[in-house]
Amino acid sequence: MSSEIYQEFILELYKNPINFGKMENADLHAESFNPLCGDKVEIFVKLNGEKKVSEVKFIGSGCAISQASASLLTEEIKGKTLDELAKMQKEDILQMIKVDLSKNPSRLKCALLSLEVLKKSISK
Amino acid sequence: MSNMNIDKIKEDFPIFKNNPTLVYLDSAATSQRPQQVIDAVNEFYTNYNANVHRGIYKISEEASEKFENVRTKVRDFISAKSEQEIIFTKNTTESINLVMRGWGEKNIKKGDKIVISIMEHHSNFVPWQQLAKQKGAKLEIIDINEEGELKESDFEKIKGAKLLAITHVSNVLGTLNNVNKLCKLAHDAGAKVLVDGAQSIPHMQIDASAIDCDFFAFSGHKMLGPTGVGILYGKEQVLEETDPFLYGGDMISEVHVEESKWNELPFKFESGTPPASSVIGLGAAIDYLGKLGMENIRKHEQIITQYALQKMTEINGVNIFGPKNPEKRAGVIAFTVNGVHPHDLASILDEYNVAIRSGHHCAMPLHERLALPASSRASFYIYNDKKDVDKLCDGIKEAKKIFKVD
Repeated sequence: MSSEIYQEFILELYKNPINFGKMENADLHAESFNPLCGDKVEIFVKLNGEKKVSEVKFIGSGCAISQASASLLTEEIKGKTLDELAKMQKEDILQMIKVDLSKNPSRLKCALLSLEVLKKSISK
Repeated sequence: MSNMNIDKIKEDFPIFKNNPTLVYLDSAATSQRPQQVIDAVNEFYTNYNANVHRGIYKISEEASEKFENVRTKVRDFISAKSEQEIIFTKNTTESINLVMRGWGEKNIKKGDKIVISIMEHHSNFVPWQQLAKQKGAKLEIIDINEEGELKESDFEKIKGAKLLAITHVSNVLGTLNNVNKLCKLAHDAGAKVLVDGAQSIPHMQIDASAIDCDFFAFSGHKMLGPTGVGILYGKEQVLEETDPFLYGGDMISEVHVEESKWNELPFKFESGTPPASSVIGLGAAIDYLGKLGMENIRKHEQIITQYALQKMTEINGVNIFGPKNPEKRAGVIAFTVNGVHPHDLASILDEYNVAIRSGHHCAMPLHERLALPASSRASFYIYNDKKDVDKLCDGIKEAKKIFKVD
């Protein structure tokens, strides 16, 4: 199971995350924390005139799964509309990290943390 | 050398028959149960299941007698003076909350001081933090030193306190606190003392009378017993001054429309149908521990802990928290591995069927103090041996390989 989870690209993103950093004057912003394991993710989104994601950043700390999925998610949402963001599901994340975590609910929580933060930022 | 035959002990635990490769290193969270405990619970349900303290028919009498026998066993196990001092609760958390609600709300006033330590589990931290807020009392915190031991210079804080609530053994650092000394200091200052014994009682001989604490709280499920039963020990006189915090049946002697009178000790604190099967299982757990001998258990765990500290220190990038001397600690080792998050480490170890804990172990203030978002924790008990430590170390090395850290 673990060797399936810890694919090369996940470890690469853990060590060298993309879209990592803070942003001033973000249009959407939220953070969340997984109290069980201490994973943290904070997402900043800037929207353009067409209400599409023009820029996105995140900061966070935690396990490889939570941090790699934050990189993947932030990359994925660039250019998307608010509606499209609202429609994103658990399955989208699982597709990005390319591993089935259905029998591993505690790790699934790690994978879904960044999606939860994104949803929170939209509903604010 | 340890004078316990671990292979033989393991045969008593069906979980290891059903999971032959399991390396269980999370006994600080909950222990495994021997067949003797499972049988006792089963026997209760199959042979004399009835509510206790209520029926006058045979099986209810039998259930009540076996239930009360366990109270006597607990009394002897912790060297309490009488059965009146032994209260059955749900777990350590409820025991501590009972003291907070029944003794604390009555006795803690505005401006009073409550002292705890930074290494407390949330269950011995939050009740006092909330009580202090509710009453306008002061909450003062004893810090730790570099070794993960209580900072002696902070013992000054006990002066003028009304209550000292302190853990016997840290569930993260493994630190064994000198509660006898702390009780003396606190009593000299006129304070009452609650000792959280959840992490000590499964692993060493406890003499509550010698410790001289006013309250001693622990759980059955960490000492081979079933879940759902805990104990609050309290000195008889202090318990007399403590109000019940759960109202209902069995805790009452008289109820009238206008008022009620409480039952005598210890029943005044035991409202509602108690977890009789769990209490009876706890009795079997105490018998089991008694046969092994608490001193043998302590010695065995010290040997394993020393071996683990040595083997883990040999691995590059492993940071261990808490005292280095096994005499000053219990068999709980919190650690981190450079470049591998604790949660990832636990996942990788799980692949080798090695069960450890990762996270903050319900001790967030301590993790903040150590500037750690999370840690990994391995804890040992009577069914662990050096081979288990070796498997843990192999798994740590494997995780380092996967994460490509040297």
